[in-house]
Amino acid sequence: MAGAAAVAAPSVFSGTANVIAVGVLLVEFGMFRQALLRGQVRLYAAQSTLISVLAVVVAAARHLPDLYVLAGLSFALKVVIVPVVLRRLLRGLGARGEGPGWTDIAGSGSLSLATTVLVAIVLAAFGFFSVAALGIHSPVLPTTALAVSVAVVLVAFVLMIMRRDVASQAIGFFSLENGVSLTALVVAAGLPLILEIVFLFDLLVAVVVFGLLIRVHHGRAESLSTADLTRLRG
Amino acid sequence: MLVVVMLLFIAPAAAAVICLLAPPAVARASTAICGAACLGLVIAVLPTASRHDLAYWGFLRIDALSVVFLLATSFLYAAVAVYSIGYLVHDGAHADLGDPGFTRYSRRFWAGLNLFAWAMLAAPMMSSLALLWVAIEVTTVVSALLVAIEDTDGAAEAAWKYVLIASAGLGLALLATIFAYYAGAQVLGQSYDLAFSPLLRVAAHLPHAPVQLAFVLAVLGFGTKMGLFPVHTWLPDAHSEAPTPVSAMLSGSLLAVSFYAILRFYQFSAVTLGPRFPRDVLLVFGVASLLLAALYLFGQRDIKRLLAYSSVEHMGILAIGVSFGAPIALAGVLLHVLAHAAAKGNAFMGAGVLVRKFGTKQISAIRGGLDLLPWSGPLFLLAVLALGAMPPFGIFRSEFEIVEGGFASHGNAAAAVLIIGVTVAFFGLAATTTQMLLQPRAVTAGPGHPPNSAPLTRGEPSAWMVIPVAVGAVVLIVLGVHPPAELTDLLARAVRELSGAA
Repeated sequence: MAGAAAVAAPSVFSGTANVIAVGVLLVEFGMFRQALLRGQVRLYAAQSTLISVLAVVVAAARHLPDLYVLAGLSFALKVVIVPVVLRRLLRGLGARGEGPGWTDIAGSGSLSLATTVLVAIVLAAFGFFSVAALGIHSPVLPTTALAVSVAVVLVAFVLMIMRRDVASQAIGFFSLENGVSLTALVVAAGLPLILEIVFLFDLLVAVVVFGLLIRVHHGRAESLSTADLTRLRG
Repeated sequence: MLVVVMLLFIAPAAAAVICLLAPPAVARASTAICGAACLGLVIAVLPTASRHDLAYWGFLRIDALSVVFLLATSFLYAAVAVYSIGYLVHDGAHADLGDPGFTRYSRRFWAGLNLFAWAMLAAPMMSSLALLWVAIEVTTVVSALLVAIEDTDGAAEAAWKYVLIASAGLGLALLATIFAYYAGAQVLGQSYDLAFSPLLRVAAHLPHAPVQLAFVLAVLGFGTKMGLFPVHTWLPDAHSEAPTPVSAMLSGSLLAVSFYAILRFYQFSAVTLGPRFPRDVLLVFGVASLLLAALYLFGQRDIKRLLAYSSVEHMGILAIGVSFGAPIALAGVLLHVLAHAAAKGNAFMGAGVLVRKFGTKQISAIRGGLDLLPWSGPLFLLAVLALGAMPPFGIFRSEFEIVEGGFASHGNAAAAVLIIGVTVAFFGLAATTTQMLLQPRAVTAGPGHPPNSAPLTRGEPSAWMVIPVAVGAVVLIVLGVHPPAELTDLLARAVRELSGAA
């Protein structure tokens, strides 16, 4: 936005959209320090809620009725079903009696929290500015939201790399998918609904398999930490 | 044709359901029959697909390019289904399970094998980039469960690394798909559904920036599943810890199916951007994978990891071959997909017999294989020679065509690197294999060698584990000496599709 356009204040719509997109990014940062398995799942649900809200905002402002359905389905799946499925699959995992419970993934970062956040900020800024330089414009949402969504994807990678517990890594992947959903809202709002439904169904399958493999891992390692996963190398 | 395509799409899924419900004997038989049937169905489609494209119900689309990958996958499916009958016996490896435990294990194994084959056969039949992505994501999750099936520490670790790294890669691939939609929607309108045919029709008018972004993300994302350096790290772990039949399918067809997805992105990107950009991207990844894997082949201690790095090497060769772009190089690449499926399937299945015989995956403990295994020993040696691109096997012909295409398209330096890399890889593979097969067994147990309590006797563990390997060797020779005319027509048409001429 240069010249005359820069002078005009952003519309209520683009302001709202950008605030929600930034909210998604902030939740992603919150996952860096979450100490509870249950809390991590809650953060994911919160992030997914924000994306569904954004879909509703876009649907209302741009008159895309399909997006209401998508928002509803994505809310039902990512905010209700996925957390329930995860909670069920992971029941009994984590802290075994000791402590107040569920403080099982605290301090699993491989770098200190401050360093991790700094790395994430640098990467997010890189994503933000490099996307802005591409010149991809969307008819439905401001380009800022696209840049934020790419930043979410990059920060999700930092999360998966830096946290050494299977729960955070899995949630990192799911939130990466949330980042891609945000991108899809910006540049692919017209994507046929049937494809979106297939994507969501696929996510559900992935969630179940991740949950099963977390169980397998926990069954062998007696913890959620990935610190012992160093046998295979070379 | 509709019936054939429909059966091909449904049969493996039906077999998976049967395996879940029926007793093990029925599961074995239905998997073997279904594998052979799928191979037959693909061969039945072959002549039609080399004349014109087939499209049904909007979501199924088969052209010559898809049939090449269907052929590789269904061949391995059939071979592995027969091999698994011999592999999955109630032996020492699962003695701790007891009878009910073993029944549960084998039920999961057979159902998973069929589901895995189903997802891999479905992927090349999909008509759009979106559905292709979904099918490949399904192959990931199903195969991750199969990697974990052995329920050892190693298997749990390999499965977790695999599912996490591959899924993260596929996240990038999904981003690539979204940007491909954005590019397509600029020309085709918002209701565009990511189908290949319309995208190819308008490829020349697509905006450049999103297509560039989509292509690079697709190479990185699907390249993770394909095993390109530097995103190959899950591959040796998963291949070495999975049950051997699954390793064979992972290496021979799963990697190839991901390569198929990259080819679909290449197909339209090369038209939009001109051939230069996509080829350069593939060349960088291809050369890096080839050289790194060739060096890793030296000094491996685990026989299945050795073969896994050989897969990384061959995926690098595929990427380099596409980067040459000359029609003969592309024909070589597609032939290489088929020959690599047969050769790597054979090598893994042969290695499975060695592992069964010696009771270990450690290369240092496997000695004198040629004496102890009258059939599998020589067949494993042939498979390794085939992987090293010795004549008269199929990989010799395909790599020869790729190199020829490299010189034809002035990629002299890259072609030279290719030859050097392949030669280094051959020596790495051959040195280790001759040790395992030819060196006589030490009489006294040295340090690091478990003492051989019972001397091993000459003989094959199971005939089921020899037959598919023997068939694979015949296929390799046929591909190398004189590929059938129908296959040559198919490859020629697929090359025209890839170069944007069909």
